[in-house]
Amino acid sequence: MTRPLNRRGWLTAAGASAAGLWLAACNKLTEDPKSAAVLKSAEGLTRRAQRLVIDRKALAREFAPADISADFKPNGSTNPSDADYVAHLAKGFADYRLVVDGLVEHPLSLSLADLRQQPARTQITRHDCVEGWSSIGKWTGARLGPLLDQAKLKPNARYIVLHCADTLEETLDGTGQYYESIDLIDAYHPQTLLAYAMNDAPLPVAHGAPLRLRVERQLGYKQAKYVMRLEAVSDFAHIGRGNGGFWEDRGYEWYAGI
Amino acid sequence: MTDKPGAKPAKLLVYRHAGVTRATHWVNVLALSLLLMSGLQIFNAHPALYWGAKSVFAHPWLAMVAGERGGQPVGVTTIAGHAFPTTGLFGWSGKPGMGEPRGFPAWATIPSYRDLADGRRWHFFFAWLFVINGLVYWAIGLINRHIARDLWPTRGDLAPRHIWHEIVTHAQLKFPKGEDARRYNILQKGAYLAVILVLLPLMVATGLTMSPGIDAAAPWLLDLFGGRQSARSIHFISAWLIVGFVIVHLVMVVASGTWNNIRSMITGRYAIEVEGAAE
Repeated sequence: MTRPLNRRGWLTAAGASAAGLWLAACNKLTEDPKSAAVLKSAEGLTRRAQRLVIDRKALAREFAPADISADFKPNGSTNPSDADYVAHLAKGFADYRLVVDGLVEHPLSLSLADLRQQPARTQITRHDCVEGWSSIGKWTGARLGPLLDQAKLKPNARYIVLHCADTLEETLDGTGQYYESIDLIDAYHPQTLLAYAMNDAPLPVAHGAPLRLRVERQLGYKQAKYVMRLEAVSDFAHIGRGNGGFWEDRGYEWYAGI
Repeated sequence: MTDKPGAKPAKLLVYRHAGVTRATHWVNVLALSLLLMSGLQIFNAHPALYWGAKSVFAHPWLAMVAGERGGQPVGVTTIAGHAFPTTGLFGWSGKPGMGEPRGFPAWATIPSYRDLADGRRWHFFFAWLFVINGLVYWAIGLINRHIARDLWPTRGDLAPRHIWHEIVTHAQLKFPKGEDARRYNILQKGAYLAVILVLLPLMVATGLTMSPGIDAAAPWLLDLFGGRQSARSIHFISAWLIVGFVIVHLVMVVASGTWNNIRSMITGRYAIEVEGAAE
């Protein structure tokens, strides 16, 4: 037996339909390329506004040893199974070489011992995951700026691409390999490091052994782990799916200062 | 002019809301709704809150997690160490047989499915709209003295006896009539100012404190809110205080004359009842 809807039933049904339509509309607007581009336009505004108000050399806050997280959460790859990486790990990274190439006058190939000879910095900083959590850790590493000066960037170099050893997603075309990119403002920032030590110990595998990026004014996914190669480029359209990083290729902002 | 018992009150249409007030009000309705729902999507990426600079994962003050009881998935919300079953709402929700672990349910988030990247896009786009809208409201409200004239309490408003009178009559859902209906009463002024002056700016400030870029430029924000994770917690709490304001606001709109109120926020014209014959 069906009963005509009473007033409350009608209101409830109307409310539920309106909510359903609203959600469906929002999902549709998310997926439609035109409206998605409108939403994405705010990213450029955010980047330009932040670059305008944040001094190029403004430092991220540094903390005291007592603030260091006992439960620093590793994310993304935590134990790469890529054959090359497994081989390096087995040899304790004895044959590891960081390659610096691309738009540079003097390509470099540096062992971990070479990297430890470079101008270094130690800092206790907060790591902010895009998911919302934060952990605090102590990092020691070679400053990226002096390293790039040694390689001598060509005038048309605009970005540094970090190629990593780990495959975070299995794909047919190889675009599941982790990579990241930063511009020269961040590359030359005094706190930007290629870290080989965490909390006074060699960088653990879960946190990116033997070498990871620290770019302290951006979110966690920019802090590329298992770094194998730095490539100076004028643009990154030809790398991965063209958006400047593994997560950028999957919809996240290239500028992750927010 | 005498007060005749039973005389039908005359209606007088007064101009209540300026165009800027009306326009910024509706932009805010849109922006805050989308900010809330995309914010819940972002919250769902790590549905736990902490105090201080960092997350101590074993000790969130609030968490919405999935668990298991008798072989069935359940949602559990933990607040300050006390666990509450919230299956279907917080921690675990979805259509029967299609449940999934998630902080807030699909109907509360944008997009409805789990997608942090898109949630952030919605959030930051409408955050810009919200901030620009708020600046327009503030600038014009200060220039045309809307804030000083209509919202700022007068000395008479603040007399304890008057405030008590307003609380009692509001609780009885009796609202001012005639000349008194031309002005905001002290409870309205207090609520609107608390939102405009405190809660909405607090949302922007705590939101900015979560940005590692802004933290480098303005580290005092971290000190003001007690660290990034505290800022995230305060952002969450203020969002729900705004939701609380909106609920009370809507109840009051309905109780004091739904269509008259909605019309006044669309056309600007608000009808007040004048006892006896007006004019």
